[in-house]
Amino acid sequence: MSKAIGISIAGSASIGGKTLFQGLDMYLAPQKWSCLLGPSGVGKTTLLYLLAGLAGHVDFNGKVHADDAKPLAGRIAYMAQTDLLMPWLSVLDNTLIGQRLRRDKINKDKAKSLLGKLGLQEHVNKFPSALSGGQRQRVALARTLMEERSIVLLDEPFSALDARTRAEMQELAAEWLDGATVLHVTHDPAEAARLGQQIFLLQEAGLKQMEPPETPAIRPVDDPATLNCQGRLLRILRGEAA
Amino acid sequence: MKIIKAVLRIVIATVLIVGAWQALVTFANLPHFILPSPFKVAETLWKMKWVIASHAWITTIEVVIGLLIGTVLGAMTAIQLAVSPLARYLLKPVLVLTQALPVFALAPLFTLWLGYGMESKILVAVMIIYFPVTSAFFDGLMQTPKGWLNLAQVMGATPRQTLLRVQVPAALPSFASGLRLAAVYAPIGAVIGEWVGASKGLGYLMLLANGRAKIDLMFAALLVLALLTLILHYLVGKFCDMLVRRYQP
Repeated sequence: MSKAIGISIAGSASIGGKTLFQGLDMYLAPQKWSCLLGPSGVGKTTLLYLLAGLAGHVDFNGKVHADDAKPLAGRIAYMAQTDLLMPWLSVLDNTLIGQRLRRDKINKDKAKSLLGKLGLQEHVNKFPSALSGGQRQRVALARTLMEERSIVLLDEPFSALDARTRAEMQELAAEWLDGATVLHVTHDPAEAARLGQQIFLLQEAGLKQMEPPETPAIRPVDDPATLNCQGRLLRILRGEAA
Repeated sequence: MKIIKAVLRIVIATVLIVGAWQALVTFANLPHFILPSPFKVAETLWKMKWVIASHAWITTIEVVIGLLIGTVLGAMTAIQLAVSPLARYLLKPVLVLTQALPVFALAPLFTLWLGYGMESKILVAVMIIYFPVTSAFFDGLMQTPKGWLNLAQVMGATPRQTLLRVQVPAALPSFASGLRLAAVYAPIGAVIGEWVGASKGLGYLMLLANGRAKIDLMFAALLVLALLTLILHYLVGKFCDMLVRRYQP
């Protein structure tokens, strides 16, 4: 990862006249894992798209600003809810797709070593259809890490996995993305409580920053402070008092 | 076991059809210049095998060349349409027009312009398959899953690389369905061309046999044409399967 960058995003957004959020002000601290939690339809993904430069369809009145005042384009890696592996490419070629798309120099050795470290050495030449859901999401993680970006945007990347695989993937991602400025969009309070070094709650009423558990992330699944935080987040999400 | 079953199925179907055919000839007492018996057709097929083969060869060449040119032109047009809104604006009406005009009506013109040789037949075949290939591939290119395009954009892909490495491969299944259709249409095109004016080819042979009341020869040529189309359909199908073998999730 290259040098650490904090990002602030402030403003209002609407799509086709429908307001998503107003007067939002969020700061993603450098090298911190920030979780953005909230119900469906409040604009979590839109917020992520604004950072990723994918928000051509959004009327955004505000500012996205990096600490070093340079544009974000070219410094971001992105991981979506689906693994987005291309079925016609092998695991290795899927990992190298970013370099190929930019016509960069191809670094096969690095990709192979990365896949090996993620426990995929036996699957390097397989095609995605031959992999399990967890393995596919690992390849997606390898592809994200290959990009070597200091900002990583995660759009519910683990939500489609079974509980065990999800916990494994959370640990792998936390280990490997350590040092990057991460924005992790999720609708799972348990995930936010486990991973978040900053936790934001986006609701119809607006954005609210929550206190993360005191235990350092990534936290054990049965850590009392984590469970407590998870409960608190869920209460707020359900409209009960904190 | 699977192969035995498949062969058995074909044998039973053939016996049924040939049986019904023979029964019709026998019981309706049809003269051979209206409907020859299957055995008469088989006899003619055997006796005239070299004549039929030489004509079938010509038709095969026309069909294969027509299929190749039509596919390449169709694929290039689809890509051009996909990348350029201007091309879409200008070319799409023209594309629909090629379908609005019946190829039957154009074939005599092609013969007038290009002569009695293979060229006019190839052109008819190209005309008939150009639209299905273009249309299927274009639809595929315009329906690239959004997630892949987003990923490519965040990765800083150039438009050209996105097209080559994401959009085109993602559209191959659509392209394959267009190609499968084309394989069945191409022989129709070639035969239409031969009917309008030719001195060689299965279409010409059928017309000639019909004119001389040699209905057995016409049926023999028709059988060979059907066989040719089936083989082409099978081979193109295999090629398409290979093209998209990775695509099943």
